[in-house]
Amino acid sequence: MTPATMWIGPLCGLLLAPLLPGVINRVKAVFAGRHGQPILQGYHDLFKLVRKGVVYSETSGGVFRFAPYLTLSAVILALFLMPMSGIRAPLSFQGDFLLLVYLLGIARFAMVLAALDTGSSFEGMGASREVQFSALAEPCLLVGLLFLSAHSGRVGLSDILSRITAGSWQDMPAMLALLGSAWFILLLAENARIPVDDPNTHLELTMIHEVMILDTSGPDFGAMLYAAALKLWIFGALLLNLILPLGPPSPWIQILFFMIGMLVIAAIVGVVESIMARLRLLMVPKLLIGATALVTTALIMKMAMR
Amino acid sequence: MMTLTVLLALTGVLLLGSSRLSISIRLVAIQGFLLGMTALWGESGFHAAGLSSGVSGMLVKGIVLPWLLLFVLKKSGARREIEPFIGFGASMLIGLLLMGLSAWIAWRMHLVEQGLSPALFTVALDLMLVGLFLIITRRKAITQTLGYLVMENGVYALGVGAGTEFSFLLEIGVLLDVFVGVFLMGIMIFRIDREFEHIDTDRFIELRDTASGKLPVEAGEGGR
Amino acid sequence: MNPWLFVWIPGIAGFLAYFISNDALRRTLWLSVAFLHLIGSLFAASPPLTLFSGAWLGFDSLTALFLPITSILFLTASVYGVGALRRDARMPHPDRLPRRSFRFSPEAIFSGCMLLFLASMSGVILSRHFGLQWVVIEATTLASAPLIYYHRSRHSLEAAWKYLMICSVGIALALLGVFCLALAGSGAIETLTIDGMLARAGVLKTAWLKLAFIFILIGYGTKMGLAPLHTWLPDAHSEAPSPVSALLSGALLNCAFLSILRVHQVCLPCGIGDFSRDLLTLFGLVSMGLAGIFILHQPEYKRMLAYSSVEHMGILSLGVGLGAAGAYGSMLHALNHSLVKAMLFMAAGNILWMYRTKTASAILGILRRNPTAGVLWLGGFIAIAGSPPFGTFLSEFIVLRTLLDQSRWLAAAIYTLSLLTAFVGMASIMLRMALGDPNPTETREKLDPLCIAPPLILGFLALGLGVFIPRDLHLTLIQAAQAIGGFMP
Repeated sequence: MTPATMWIGPLCGLLLAPLLPGVINRVKAVFAGRHGQPILQGYHDLFKLVRKGVVYSETSGGVFRFAPYLTLSAVILALFLMPMSGIRAPLSFQGDFLLLVYLLGIARFAMVLAALDTGSSFEGMGASREVQFSALAEPCLLVGLLFLSAHSGRVGLSDILSRITAGSWQDMPAMLALLGSAWFILLLAENARIPVDDPNTHLELTMIHEVMILDTSGPDFGAMLYAAALKLWIFGALLLNLILPLGPPSPWIQILFFMIGMLVIAAIVGVVESIMARLRLLMVPKLLIGATALVTTALIMKMAMR
Repeated sequence: MMTLTVLLALTGVLLLGSSRLSISIRLVAIQGFLLGMTALWGESGFHAAGLSSGVSGMLVKGIVLPWLLLFVLKKSGARREIEPFIGFGASMLIGLLLMGLSAWIAWRMHLVEQGLSPALFTVALDLMLVGLFLIITRRKAITQTLGYLVMENGVYALGVGAGTEFSFLLEIGVLLDVFVGVFLMGIMIFRIDREFEHIDTDRFIELRDTASGKLPVEAGEGGR
Repeated sequence: MNPWLFVWIPGIAGFLAYFISNDALRRTLWLSVAFLHLIGSLFAASPPLTLFSGAWLGFDSLTALFLPITSILFLTASVYGVGALRRDARMPHPDRLPRRSFRFSPEAIFSGCMLLFLASMSGVILSRHFGLQWVVIEATTLASAPLIYYHRSRHSLEAAWKYLMICSVGIALALLGVFCLALAGSGAIETLTIDGMLARAGVLKTAWLKLAFIFILIGYGTKMGLAPLHTWLPDAHSEAPSPVSALLSGALLNCAFLSILRVHQVCLPCGIGDFSRDLLTLFGLVSMGLAGIFILHQPEYKRMLAYSSVEHMGILSLGVGLGAAGAYGSMLHALNHSLVKAMLFMAAGNILWMYRTKTASAILGILRRNPTAGVLWLGGFIAIAGSPPFGTFLSEFIVLRTLLDQSRWLAAAIYTLSLLTAFVGMASIMLRMALGDPNPTETREKLDPLCIAPPLILGFLALGLGVFIPRDLHLTLIQAAQAIGGFMP
């Protein structure tokens, strides 16, 4: 494994991330009996937005100007922390999983600040909901990472994620299944998918993520869309590292399986979005606490087994 | 084995968060099944000595009792638990705390040196605490019955973990006690629903020590 | 004599009673079983003591004391119950549901459950195996819950629910204690018997044993009515029909106490006797204190009697906790209290029948209205207050003397203060009810003779015990006390 192969993962992420929302939308269209948007629609949208001009409202200030780019850079940096089932990340050191969580937090923080900066009440509402739900969802991510750290005995992200092999699945299938399901719920929650948030709704009162970027336009909007796609890639990668056991030694085959796995995850998200309805907002905290309960159960039982 | 204990712990936590009564009853049924399986499945695979108690446990706690409770539920027409003193989300978090507490207690007891399984002890203590918590904080009488069942499950799990070999008759005796107990509770819930038009035990305040005043005088009619 | 007879005969009779539709036949069966049980227990208790110890059930010095108490109480309560049912049949209860095609008549359920109650109580007293003991104690709860709910009113439903729930939870904790006992003896089934554990006293793990004692004390203590676990007791004992209350207070609480004593018996040779004694003393004092406070200004007289039961259970626990002569006093007090409390509950039942109200302030001048009922009530008051010549005086005095002998001044102060508080509370309620000019309210005056004779007999027994204790009884008491770590100096 030459050092160059480390960079392939993040590069693939940068290139292929906009494909994921396209796949999701295609799957939803197929379920609905339509033909739907082309799978490459994400790229078309990005190119279109980059060439457009930008409109700023009078009530927004400087924060609103640069927040989208802050979000984008944080997420890109987080992408470089992610390993790819056995291949280390280019940016890895001891304790870097905390950095991952915090980078995602910074991205969210910038988005929330921008939303508040517009002075619109809809976006303020969306911001408060987003913050509340992420407060409940973050423990899920952290406790899950703690579990993996306890299992492998290391504290580097690349190390702990690479320790999950087929053997681990045989040893502790229940706990890993709990972790997997909890992180899938987390994926849905953090990326504003049904059952937590409906990306297709046009009612501002029911939006969470969509409403925060309601006022962005042009390249700013492009940056937000791209950041959202990258975030989906990151969470998908986290999940895939759990599920795809370390298989053949050749890194190219691993990378191939990884890509296919990401597309499969996107398809599954599309299926979930098509089957389920969005939860009432009062029920979302229960769902998130439930996901946290799943991982915490796994962690406590793991500690009890010592 | 590990899988069974993890799933048992999971049912405990999920029970604290469910507000729909039929889901709660089904969770307790799953718990009964899993518990019977733990009796069958020792640390080292299939455990023939536990066959009788495991199978009877699975039958009674996994099928018969939940069916009974679902019947009572249907007759009484209740659907959901009323918002309890400690909300459902908070209950789940407290459930996680209780799980941590039992793990800590199990660790402090130095069980591995005595050849006992700390995982099973953790789950047993956790289920007992969850059962107690349900009885204390929930208001519907059916949920209190479920809490009692969960407590019994926890104690039974501890028995399995302690390796106590009760004879078959005694196992049947314990199961019979639990069965008749839940049966009586079910009858009473049915009557409570008819008499009080609800099964909200929080409104059971008529019997108390201060001068309550209005006692039905006709209670003395057939009195002896 | 096979100890299983004491369990199977009432058990089978109980099942049969459900199906017998002829009232007279059923009552005959009920009373004859009660009578047989009494004969059997007196026979088994008479010296030379047949110390038959099977794996599951057996006789020893403790059963020689508690089994006859239960039998006497059951017989008198059954006679009283038959009298009350007979009276009831002439004037049906307004709450009573019309007889449907439903199989069991309410009276059949009553007598059936009573007999099953007797069977399970006998099982508790005679049991040598801790697991079996658990099963039958829970069975007593299950058999008595329908009895509490007999009147089918809102209040009795509430009381029965609390009873069933709280006692079942407590007993589940006690099962945890039983498993800890098993762990103390390292899990094999033979060691879960009293004899097995006593035989291996040297090798039992004391850490698990202590844990077991704590859980069993809390669990069976809930059933016994030790404060602060007594919350179900006032409701259940006041809402139940009077013969049931008499049995619950007089017999069942003793059974729960005996179950705790069995573990105490095991603790003594293992070197943690002080630990268990301290806990018993603590719970005893707390029960006495709390009960004393609640007796003051209690508006209902049956609830007052129930709290008095809590107090006397505290005295029992305290006596054993003190050891030495206190254990003897405790055993004597168990006997006396059962007799007196049963008598009081039956007298209260008569009053309830006459005046149709449970509130003490509504009743005046029983003595003038119906002298027999008044005498029973007043006599019961003097007995429960612990004044000579009744036997309660002797037993309470022995415990006090042991307290002073052991220089436990604070405990003695709490003891006397609680007894004093209870005396004041009960005096203000019971004397006021019995004396004075009766209200010109309409009451029923004729009492069924079957409802007068049993409390009268119990009263005479209590009186007799205060004056003279037969030699056999004295020996039995000493042996029982020795079994739980005391002696009579």
